[in-house]
Amino acid sequence: MSAFNEDRLAELIGALPPAPEAWVRAAQELPSARTGLDVIVARAEADAEFRHALIADLESTLAQEGYEPERPLLDALRRRFADS
Amino acid sequence: MGQTVSAAQLVARCRDGDQEAWAALVERFSRYVYAIATQGFRLREHDAEDVFQEVFAKVYERLDSLRSDEAIQPWIAQLTRRVCVDRLRSGSREDTTDESELAADPDEDAIARIDDALDVHDAMAGLSENCREVLDRFFARDETYRTIGEALELPAGTIASRISRCLVKLREELEGRKPVPTQSGGQVSV
Repeated sequence: MSAFNEDRLAELIGALPPAPEAWVRAAQELPSARTGLDVIVARAEADAEFRHALIADLESTLAQEGYEPERPLLDALRRRFADS
Repeated sequence: MGQTVSAAQLVARCRDGDQEAWAALVERFSRYVYAIATQGFRLREHDAEDVFQEVFAKVYERLDSLRSDEAIQPWIAQLTRRVCVDRLRSGSREDTTDESELAADPDEDAIARIDDALDVHDAMAGLSENCREVLDRFFARDETYRTIGEALELPAGTIASRISRCLVKLREELEGRKPVPTQSGGQVSV
């Protein structure tokens, strides 16, 4: 790192502005989203109709079934279905 | 912004299923990932958001594969770079009309500055909460003296001198952590 003069420090503090709060919160909620994920995946494995509905329209199916279709859960499910 | 626990300690706690540690780890590296995506790779906001979520999802899923807890920062940096490149490549396949979207090479100067900036932000943890708040609000959040004064219940007229004093303390904190660099501004080993 260059010399610790105050101008350089000011520049470096400014180089890391906060990420949008909603993004941070969504990432922080990953563990609880994963708990929901396990429940949904288990049901999708046992119930073909539910699985097909999820693949066809993930967000609406989750909402209809009473799950909160929040970003971390949706992303995790999309990745899970893409991998399978 | 307060950081009394090291990143490596947070990683160990995350492995044990500590959700508060996970939240703290995300908080610790959120600016870093965001900066790499938006400054290093100049991603647009919606692409940066997808990258941000994907990086932390991968970190969460693969934390057990991290060989050394101390390596969390370079690991996150590498993951972020990879996800950004993938994003740019998939974007350029979908939309080849915008030439700026085709470049998947990061701005390496910006990335080096971001790494230095993370060191400085880590060092801020050694300052008083007041100093951390004043410096972060003024330089990173671009708040005015008036806004800072109202938020921290301080006279706006004292903010400039506080900023100056806190920068001196921050410099001392950094000099206490690392070899003192040359006055010419030459590189130091870190």
